[in-house]
Formats: sequence, structure tokens, C-alpha cells
Amino acid sequence: MPATAAAAAANDAASWRERMPAAFGAMPGRRAMRIAGAALFAAWLAGALWWFGFSPARLWNGLAGLGTIISLMIPPSPGELWFDILRGLAESVAMAFLGTFVAALIAVPLGFLGARNVVTNTLFRFSLRRFFDGMRGVDQLIWALAYVRAVGLGPLAGVLAIATAEIAVLAKLYAEAIENAERKQVEGVVAAGGGRLARLRFGLLPQVLPVMLAQALYFFESNTRSAAILGVVGAGGIGLQIAERIRVRHWDEVAFIILLMVVTVAAIDWVSGRLRRRLIGGPAATA
Amino acid sequence: MDATPLAAAAGGGPVPAAWSPAIGKGEAAFQAARRQRRAAALFALAALLACLLLSAWVSEAHPATLLAGLPRIGEYFWRILPDLRWDALLAGADTEGSLAFWMYRLDSWAWLLFETANMAALATLFGFCAGLLLAFPAARNLSGGGLGYQLARRSCEALRTIPEIVFALIFVWAFGVGALAGILAITLHTAGALGKLFAEAMENADMRPWEALRASGASWPQACRFAILPQALPNVLSYGLLRFETNVRSASVIGFVGAGGIGEELYKVISFNYYEEVSAIILLIVLAVASIDLFSERLRHRAIGAVGGAH
Repeated sequence: MPATAAAAAANDAASWRERMPAAFGAMPGRRAMRIAGAALFAAWLAGALWWFGFSPARLWNGLAGLGTIISLMIPPSPGELWFDILRGLAESVAMAFLGTFVAALIAVPLGFLGARNVVTNTLFRFSLRRFFDGMRGVDQLIWALAYVRAVGLGPLAGVLAIATAEIAVLAKLYAEAIENAERKQVEGVVAAGGGRLARLRFGLLPQVLPVMLAQALYFFESNTRSAAILGVVGAGGIGLQIAERIRVRHWDEVAFIILLMVVTVAAIDWVSGRLRRRLIGGPAATA
Repeated sequence: MDATPLAAAAGGGPVPAAWSPAIGKGEAAFQAARRQRRAAALFALAALLACLLLSAWVSEAHPATLLAGLPRIGEYFWRILPDLRWDALLAGADTEGSLAFWMYRLDSWAWLLFETANMAALATLFGFCAGLLLAFPAARNLSGGGLGYQLARRSCEALRTIPEIVFALIFVWAFGVGALAGILAITLHTAGALGKLFAEAMENADMRPWEALRASGASWPQACRFAILPQALPNVLSYGLLRFETNVRSASVIGFVGAGGIGEELYKVISFNYYEEVSAIILLIVLAVASIDLFSERLRHRAIGAVGGAH
């Protein structure tokens, strides 16, 4: 009798629904929470859009202006001061290189000081780590602006800004790399009669050096990107060139500089990526 | 016998003839390998030194300038620091040396920080949506590597490589000075960065649900939505929230070029040499960034747990 079977099944489903409502969909309370959350989100979105002036007319006018700018950008041209552009580019790369190098050099001892398996004083290590975290919250551009006031306009302020901003990040990464190193080598050095420094030099350093180098190279890559814009606040490099040309609305030259930046960053990524793979792929990094 | 090879190796001298030929060969190979490694290390060191000298020359980091600049750096950062006095620390805003005197415009700075966080949130939201839309065609396993794939990948790359500040400089001309330009600039950069990450997350997805759905007649968008998105969602959400943290930092400086947020105030304060206000604003930015990081980290863990537990 199919009809009675169906009725029984329906009856069964109804009784199950009564007994375990949670298995048949969200509970009313949860559903209300969800609706309230969505309403809150929509209210925030609408409020923020209104606050920041996202009106269709303004967007439309802006897009029209942007269209004009883009049409003026084509074709990109180096302009008459192409030598300044090239020098700015070289300055940017040099700033990134020197800044990263200085930061890495200073970050190595700091990383050892911040590693749990080297420094056992928890309070010292904890405060050092929190200090790094705080430094990390300050953007490179802020450092650059401050250094421009301190040492004057020019690429030196950019070098100092990159170095200061990266010391904290690199020191944290180095400390983590050191904490992840194997203890066996260190114990071997201790067993062979090595002192405190020998333990670091022959037990830990050979394990972490390739990782440290690879990370420094990676930051060199990312710093070439940021060195390209530090000039916007006067810290030298190609950013200065691009900001000047935007100020006088030479859009074709702006487009040329942007393309040049993209190509340079890609080239440095490629070279440094190959170097990093060689470093990490070496037998020393298998630990 | 066991002391001599060590001594020979240390001295680098010729291998005594009394040794068995196998040891001699091994010793010679060891010496050759060591020489090679030393030469490679020397070469790398020389290249590094050359690069360093060149970059120091190009970036005008002469020793004399550095030496002249160092005291000024110390002096500048010393002057930035607030002049706090213990006895007046908790006094009112009229007493010099109190916390309230240092942070005398806390209300307007807090409002600016709130604006900055909102700019970052809005830019992350828009960039997240745009990046997600870009990611499906930019995933090679979904789009098949045709024209759409190339187009999506290249636009992601272009958006990612051009820095936010450059976008902001241009948008300030097009959309006028204000937060709108900053939000749009961060949005574009975020879309490029997230689009690439999302596409990679999707390329790692299991393709069997996709094949099942396509075989049962689902269209391309339907298959993307029901086969790929649920698998990629935990990664996608956590990348998006991580990006929010990055964007708060960017939003705090994008005001340097007139694109809204606390950066405009900081730029003004640094340019006019209002020393103590510089440290006050930077401290507030650091605190705000740290608390948003903490909050977002918790949210990230909860979101991943919720999504991961759903299937």
C-alpha cells in the first residue's frame, strides 16, 4: 500500500522534525542573528559609502577624468629628462640593496637575542619581541618622512628608512628561523668542548645562514618595490621623478616610468628568485 | 697514521706516499672541493662588496654624509619624544609634561584613525570582491589557459606591481583630494594581490567535484560557485583578512599624497615640525595597527574554524 507508506513516512518526518529541529535547518535564534548581522553589515556599508562620498556622479566624473589621463598616457614617452629617470631608477635599486643589507646585518645579532633557544631570559626576550612588533606597525613611508626631516632630501633618507623598517621584520624572522634549527648540532659542539660563541658559530649559524640569506634576498625584492615610492615624500629614487611629473601632468612620462618600474621589479624578482632557489636548494638547507 | 692526514689537510701540503692510494685520492678530492668552495665564497664576497660600494655611491651614502647625519638623526628622534614629567603625568591638558598635554587632540586623532580603519575595510571589501571575480578566469585549471586566462593574469600582475601611492597620486587628480581616491587606490592594489593568491588557492582545489558538476550539466559560473569556491573558501577568507591588516598600514600613509585618513594629519605635523605631536600620532597608529592585528587574527581563526567545520 504505497499511500499508507507515504503517509507513514510523512508522519515520521513530522515527528523527527518535532524531536530534532536543529537537523532540519537553522534555529530561529541563529536565523535572527544571521539576519541581524547582514543588516548591520549593510548599514555599515551604506554609512561608509555615504561618508566617503561615493556618489554615482562623483564616480562618473572621476572615471571621465581618469579616461582623459589614460588617453594622455598613450603613447608612453621618456621625455627630455630621460637620464634623470634612469638615475632615479638606479637610486631606487641601490637604496633597496643598501637598506636591506644594513638591516640584515643588524638583524642577525638581534635575531639571536630574540630566539628562545639562545637567550633564556623570558622577560628580556618578550620585551624585545614586542618592541619589534611595535616597530613593524610604523610604515616605511613614515620613517622616510622623518628621516627626510633629519638628514635632508635625498636617497640617504630612503636607505635609512628601509633599514629601520626592515630591521624589526628581519629580526623576528631570523629569531624564528633560529628557534626552528636542530638542537643536535649544537649538542655536538657542546660535547666536543665548544664554548658559548662556538655553539652559535658552528652549531646554529651553518643551519640558519641559507635561510637568512634567502629571506634577505626576498626582502630586497619587496624593498625595490617600496624604494620606488619613497621618493614621493622626498627620499630619492624614481618616486621623486614620478611625483614631479604627476605634479606637472606629463602623463606620457608618468606612464613610461610606471612601465619601467614594472619591468625592473620583474627583472629583480627573476634574478633574486633564482638565487634564492639555489640557496634554499643547497644541501645546507635540508634541515 | 690517524694524526698525519689531519695535519696534512690542515697544512694543505702534499699527500705522503706511504698512504694507500684510496686515501690519497680521497684526500686530493677533498682538497680540490675545498679549494673550489673557497674560490666560490671569495667570488660571492667580492661581488657583494662591489654591489655594496656601487649602491653606496649611487645612493649618496658617503661616510662623511653619514657621520654628519648621525647626530642629527639622534637629535631629531630625541626632540620627537614627548617631554613627560612624573609628577605631572596624570594632570590635565593645561599642565606641561602630562599625558593629556601630549595627546591634547586625542579626540580628533581617534576619529581620523577610525576613518583610516574604515577606509581600509572598504578597500579590502571591494578589492576582495574584484579579486575573487578575477581569480576564476586567472586559475589555469578552470579557464584552460586561453585568452581570458592571459588577460586576467596580466591584469592581476599589473595591478599588483604598481604601488598604491602611485595609484593614489593619479586618482587624486581624477577624483579630487580626499578619502575616495585613497580607497580606490588601495582597492586596485588589493584586487591584484588577492586575485593572484585566490587563483593559486583555486588551482590547488580538487577537480573531481568540478568534473561531476560539469558532467551533470552545470554552467561554468555554477561549477565555479559550487565545486571550487567551497574548497577554496578557508584560504580565500584568511588571505582576505590578512590583507585587511596590510591595508590598515597602507591607509595610514596614503594620506601623504592627499588621499585621506590619518596620513594627512601626520604629514602636516611632520612637515611643520610639531615635534611632540609626531610621536603622539605614530604611537596611536602603532596601537591601532596592533589592536586591529589582534582582532583580525582572532576573526581569522574563527572564520577558518567555522568554514572548515561546515563541510
